[in-house]
Amino acid sequence: MRRFVIGEAKNLIDQTRRRPRPHHNNIRLLSLLASDPIPVSSSRFFSDMTGSDSSSSLPVTLDSINPNVLKCEYAVRGEIVNIAQKLQDDLKINKDAYPFDEIIYCNIGNPQSLSQQPITFFREVLALCSHTALLDRDETHALFSADSIARAWKILDQIPGKATGAYSHSQGIKGLRDAIAAGIEARDGFPADPNDIFMTDGASPGVHMMMQLLISSEKDGILCPIPQYPLYSASIALHGGSLVPYYLDEASGWGLEISELKKQLEDAKSKGITVRALAVINPGNPTGQVLSEENQRDIVDFCKKEGLVLLADEVYQENVYVPDKKFHSFKKVARSMGYGEKDISLVSFQSISKGYYGECGKRGGYMEVTGFTSDVREQIYKVASVNLCSNISGQILASLVMSPPKPGDESYESYIAEKEGILSSMARRAKTLEEALNKLEGITCNRAEGAMYLFPCINLPKKAIAAAEAAKTAPDTFYCKRLLNATGIVVVPGSGFRQVPGTWHFRCTILPQEDKIPAIVNRLTEFHKSFMDEFRD
Amino acid sequence: MSLKALDYETLNENVKNCQYAVRGELYLRASELQKEGKKIIFTNVGNPHALGQKPLTFPRQVVALCQAPFLLDNPNVGMIFPADAIARAKHYLSLTSGGLGAYSDSRGLPGVRKEVAEFIQRRDGYPSDPELIFLTDGASKGVMQILNCIIRNQKDGVILVPVPQYPLYSATISLLGGTLVPYYLEETDNWGLDVNNLRQSVAQARSQGITVRAMVIINPGNPTGQCLSEANLREILKFCCDERLVLLGDEVYQQNIYQDERPFISSKKVLMDMGAPLSKEVQLISFHTVSKGYWGECGQRGGYFEMTNIPPRTVEEIYKVASIALSPNVSAQIFMGLMVSPPKPGDISYDQFVRESKGILESLRRRARIMTDGFNSCKNVVCNFTEGAMYSFPQIKLPPKAIQAAKQAGKVPDVFYCLKLLEATGISTVPGSGFGQKEGVFHLRTTILPAEEEMPEIMESFKKFNDEFMSQYGDNFGYSRM
Repeated sequence: MRRFVIGEAKNLIDQTRRRPRPHHNNIRLLSLLASDPIPVSSSRFFSDMTGSDSSSSLPVTLDSINPNVLKCEYAVRGEIVNIAQKLQDDLKINKDAYPFDEIIYCNIGNPQSLSQQPITFFREVLALCSHTALLDRDETHALFSADSIARAWKILDQIPGKATGAYSHSQGIKGLRDAIAAGIEARDGFPADPNDIFMTDGASPGVHMMMQLLISSEKDGILCPIPQYPLYSASIALHGGSLVPYYLDEASGWGLEISELKKQLEDAKSKGITVRALAVINPGNPTGQVLSEENQRDIVDFCKKEGLVLLADEVYQENVYVPDKKFHSFKKVARSMGYGEKDISLVSFQSISKGYYGECGKRGGYMEVTGFTSDVREQIYKVASVNLCSNISGQILASLVMSPPKPGDESYESYIAEKEGILSSMARRAKTLEEALNKLEGITCNRAEGAMYLFPCINLPKKAIAAAEAAKTAPDTFYCKRLLNATGIVVVPGSGFRQVPGTWHFRCTILPQEDKIPAIVNRLTEFHKSFMDEFRD
Repeated sequence: MSLKALDYETLNENVKNCQYAVRGELYLRASELQKEGKKIIFTNVGNPHALGQKPLTFPRQVVALCQAPFLLDNPNVGMIFPADAIARAKHYLSLTSGGLGAYSDSRGLPGVRKEVAEFIQRRDGYPSDPELIFLTDGASKGVMQILNCIIRNQKDGVILVPVPQYPLYSATISLLGGTLVPYYLEETDNWGLDVNNLRQSVAQARSQGITVRAMVIINPGNPTGQCLSEANLREILKFCCDERLVLLGDEVYQQNIYQDERPFISSKKVLMDMGAPLSKEVQLISFHTVSKGYWGECGQRGGYFEMTNIPPRTVEEIYKVASIALSPNVSAQIFMGLMVSPPKPGDISYDQFVRESKGILESLRRRARIMTDGFNSCKNVVCNFTEGAMYSFPQIKLPPKAIQAAKQAGKVPDVFYCLKLLEATGISTVPGSGFGQKEGVFHLRTTILPAEEEMPEIMESFKKFNDEFMSQYGDNFGYSRM
């Protein structure tokens, strides 16, 4: 039985937010401030409620949790998906109750869940790195390609002790960052520094890290495209900042106008918001447009002039389907304008989840951080270090994605065949679905120049809007629910991405298997016709 | 003239205030020295594989097959993979909706969560609901997600944290703009805690309009290594009930137990044993990982948390936040499944699995002893035994001259000591100030992870340095050479 020492009563209110000091050295972590008042002015957020409800019996309830959590939304896995999952469970036991026999998830860019195959070479290397004992066995040569074995050795030599189960450097394994930097240089024609690379569990944690650095209060604003991938709105809400919307122009293929950026920036300033960064998703999500180089130059100049950090979400850089557009990284554009480290602060995000590799479940990605002073970079490193490191398997994949097999390598032919097979199929599916959607009454759909989605605009009749209101649902959600119940097809209502008020959209992926696309088109067409028959003005 | 986009001044203060010593100054200096060619022994972080511990064979075989499922179609696969690994790979792949490369459910694969629930039930003797188990990219991510839900602002959603503590807690609370109320563990009482002190802290906080909402326990402790007794846990749970606090039970070291008097008992088991009304009222969130134990699979980033008595709508909100990150990485989920349902007697791989696991645990037990005894043999060092976890946290009694010298060098005394230790011996530790300690008392944290063969030399190296340090800074009367 443990004896307890009854110590003196101590007044142990610690404040981890101390008054600002010029140096944040590694001083003693917890200071005992016996009677200092708690500084109130520097609080980021005041709740409306006056602390805990003393009559409630549980400390953690909806009433007491962080209001920022309640505020944030993420429709990609929201309401419609929950309904779909319940339907899917029910389908197993009540097959005949539904006019469809399977749920088709078109809500999320998750290619391998819809039978897209991983790139063989990448998985060979990963398997060898997972179980390094394989490399000591003769039989391995019969099961794996020679270049995958060579690459595995090369990677393992870059990992201290060949220990793939150890925490790595908090920015990621150095040798892998070297490979990524080389890949960036090969892509852009401009050098990349491995020390600028921060590897993360997918691109999303990198976005969160930047929001954390940039946002101190609701007075800090981030310019975001509308429509946008709701990671941005959710992250800004979680960090207590303000989203400053800039509208993409649907009529001109979701064009990004500098005049619109300027207008929104001024508007925000007049409301007392300090805009800190501009987020650009290129190729766009959900909109799929690929920016022209000229457009990109204007954006870079805008950020430079206004002192904004440019957050370049480039996770779809390998998904471009139209011959008249090409992906150019913002880093390349900025460097080719003669802008260097001192001219523009740029964070470029890449992921292993998209492209032709589609390795969503592995959670791999990185951000390339350029144009910041070293004291800021130290802070980025510090935040990264609290989580120790990103998963090693994802790190390995990221390096493979950025330095894949080259002509002459044993696996090159099969690698290229797999890659091109996937990308050309995506381009075909994008076209087929786009054409089908454009044939539907009241629907217009811009082409998917890139990314993995179509974002059609539905001109909903007044009767439908009224019915939606009666059902206390947003009109596009109403449409999507009806679609789900009639066809089993799961899409995300446009309101999840935001849109010009009074317009309605939904986002549908181009990812279902190619041989299922005709059936999907038929079901969608049939449903839409009967929906319009019911609600036509 | 272009404006500064993001400079140090405009950075979020919360980021600037946050400190994480485990990869802070000492580690950065050690990395610099390593680049210059010096041999460094990294004992700053619980990272077993980096110090030569081998991964367990069976899980690596299973995951390799899951990484490359086309191997399963190859008729020769049985030549290099045992049949049970092959069967298990097929089992886990069937639980996914597209293999390792597809996002899973944001809470983790239902099939794996079911296995975790079954493990918890076997361990504790009480049912566990898979719907209340969320898999995360390491336990750290889970801790951050939960703290993010609890912390509202500086005065509301305040967290009681042990001192010394693993600085994930202080760093995260800083980042989230929250407030940490420390409760001191008593070194002379084997790092015990006094619930009366706790009660006073909370009362004091409340009187200042502060709402304390959660209490963290780390059991077994980090950096302190103590294992809580059942009586302790009962006291803590009752305290949380009285004060209406959610208990955050960091149990990531539950497999690392090096004495037999106090085996690991989960907070959940004790809570359920206490029966109604406590078992229905006390809110508890328990954390576990694949990074520690005898698995040491830090680089996979696999963990989970289990929620008890959290209302359904709150669980939904936590799910919503998890969904923004889409899903935890699937390979690590499979590691978790394997950890909670390892090979059984009769399985082909069982003997090897047991041999490997026991080998690691028994060696850790021996190393805990070697290290504690080594430190205690130094006159100015007092070291509680490492009952569990992976660390040794000796108290170094620094003479006044050393403290003076530290001040002159602009360093906190234990940082000064640890830097000198590093430069003399290559041993990279974390100063006690990184974990919190009482005023005027200094520690360092090292791991018990260096290879057993190297331990004696490492302890010799430390002793030699310590003797020299005490010669240089000692008062020559109290600290004679051994």
